[in-house]
Amino acid sequence: MASSTVTLIELGAVFFGLGILGRLAGKIGMSPIPLYLLGGLFFGSGGFVELGGLEDFSAIASEIGVILLLLMLGLEYTARELVTGMRQSWMAGVLDIVLNFIPGAVVAFVLGWGPVGALVMGGVTYISSSGIIAKVLTDLGRLGNRETPIVLSLLVFEDLAMAVYLPILTAVLSGVSFLGGLQAVGISLLVVTIVLVIALRFSRVVSAVIDNKDREVFLLTLFGAALLVAGVTAALQVSAAVGAFLLGIAISGAAAETATRVMEPMRDLFAAMFFVVFGLNTDPSTIPPVLGWALVLAFVTVCTKVTTGWWAAKRQGIGRPGRARAGAALVARGEFSIIIAGLAVASGAVVPELAALATAYVLIMAVSGPVIARFAEPALNLLTYKRTVRVPKSASDQ
Amino acid sequence: MIVDETPLPGIGIRKEITTAAGRRIGVLSLRDGDMALIVSREDDPDGCLASMPLTSDEAATLGNLLGARQLVAQLTKEHRDLPGVNTRQFLIAKGSPFDGRKLGDTQLRTKTGVSVVAVLSAGQVQPSPTPDFGFAAGDLVVAVGTSEGLDKAANILLG
Repeated sequence: MASSTVTLIELGAVFFGLGILGRLAGKIGMSPIPLYLLGGLFFGSGGFVELGGLEDFSAIASEIGVILLLLMLGLEYTARELVTGMRQSWMAGVLDIVLNFIPGAVVAFVLGWGPVGALVMGGVTYISSSGIIAKVLTDLGRLGNRETPIVLSLLVFEDLAMAVYLPILTAVLSGVSFLGGLQAVGISLLVVTIVLVIALRFSRVVSAVIDNKDREVFLLTLFGAALLVAGVTAALQVSAAVGAFLLGIAISGAAAETATRVMEPMRDLFAAMFFVVFGLNTDPSTIPPVLGWALVLAFVTVCTKVTTGWWAAKRQGIGRPGRARAGAALVARGEFSIIIAGLAVASGAVVPELAALATAYVLIMAVSGPVIARFAEPALNLLTYKRTVRVPKSASDQ
Repeated sequence: MIVDETPLPGIGIRKEITTAAGRRIGVLSLRDGDMALIVSREDDPDGCLASMPLTSDEAATLGNLLGARQLVAQLTKEHRDLPGVNTRQFLIAKGSPFDGRKLGDTQLRTKTGVSVVAVLSAGQVQPSPTPDFGFAAGDLVVAVGTSEGLDKAANILLG
């Protein structure tokens, strides 16, 4: 058989398998990301079935997947939302960074992965999954809750933080000098500022350039623009993902709505490929040795995220049940943690065990996050109920 | 009445009022055009008892049902000194014979002596509608007349 025939069969089998996994995830009402990762682990190096001949396609497909994930993330926000979100949540946002970056960084140092590993693992434990969280909030009927805007503005802050973090990460991973790193960050900050200004003032012009009534023309223009911008920003050493994110922010209004509708299936296809490729490149036999650390990290970072949300909600005058809900809602980690780990692994600047730890960690957090979000409030009620039973006793003692 | 507007980044916008009883009630307008009615919990004002998705038809009907009472009360007050004049409201339900037809088609004035003084349609009040006003499901018709006339009108409008 010709090699392209084998590739077609393999590719078809992979997508078909992912379809079944996605259906399974939908049935039990969870995010398909952990299942895609598991699917990738199952195949690939060290897995049960070896797939060959897919590397070229899957590598570029997974890169496109990251670009589309970030493009869609940018499309979700308008520049105005970003600016007001930043203003409202910067204090909680800073606490979020400090509390949730440190556990990952510390574990990386303990495992002897050095400062580069610490930068990567810190990012992995810091960034919540806005995709999973938005879905959980919708499913649990919490969009009308008072604490929900606080949760969402924290997510906005995190996503903006990614726009600064990713260029730093790319610079560090590519091993450029300290000065080169500073330059990349400087360019990135400059680009972020310019895009925000353009998006605030001239978003109509940008949207008009992209917008077109013909779906096909629209799709091609947008997809082309996304890859072009991503490529150019990557050439500037700013990170392709950030370029796509900024393009998404600059598009707004009706164009953004059409863009979301047109790009969603493409994003789903390529992003699924991205998670599979990450799983493919991870040797499942490297997971058991780091599983203990993954559990420790999971436990610690559940506590730190809950603390972050609790504190942020308390500052806005939310009651105890709302604080618990806000904290628990933030727990889920997912796509962005894998993007960070994926960038690191692809650069070859970190040990392969890091991929194993990140995979195990995201598997735990993506599955437990929605469950914790669901049961945080009943758990709090149970605790406070016990307390109120004890109170009359101590009162009668006096 | 103060309507609080809260942006929900990436999701939509929430508009709500706080009632005299301290409960929040409002509407979520989601990015994809969907709408939902929200009602806050009594024991936990931050949380929501319900977050109920509504189609645009349902939302318009609910808006009319809520808005009509005030309008009818106002009309009744104005007619209080005129004995034998009553105000009543009729809902054009989905599948009603006049859904999609014109006010003139009902021949209400000719058959019953009842006057249609207003129609609440899609959350808007249409005062003194002309005979070529087109009904849609969910519209609320406010009519003035004698109680016998209004009973007859009910039979015609509700089919």
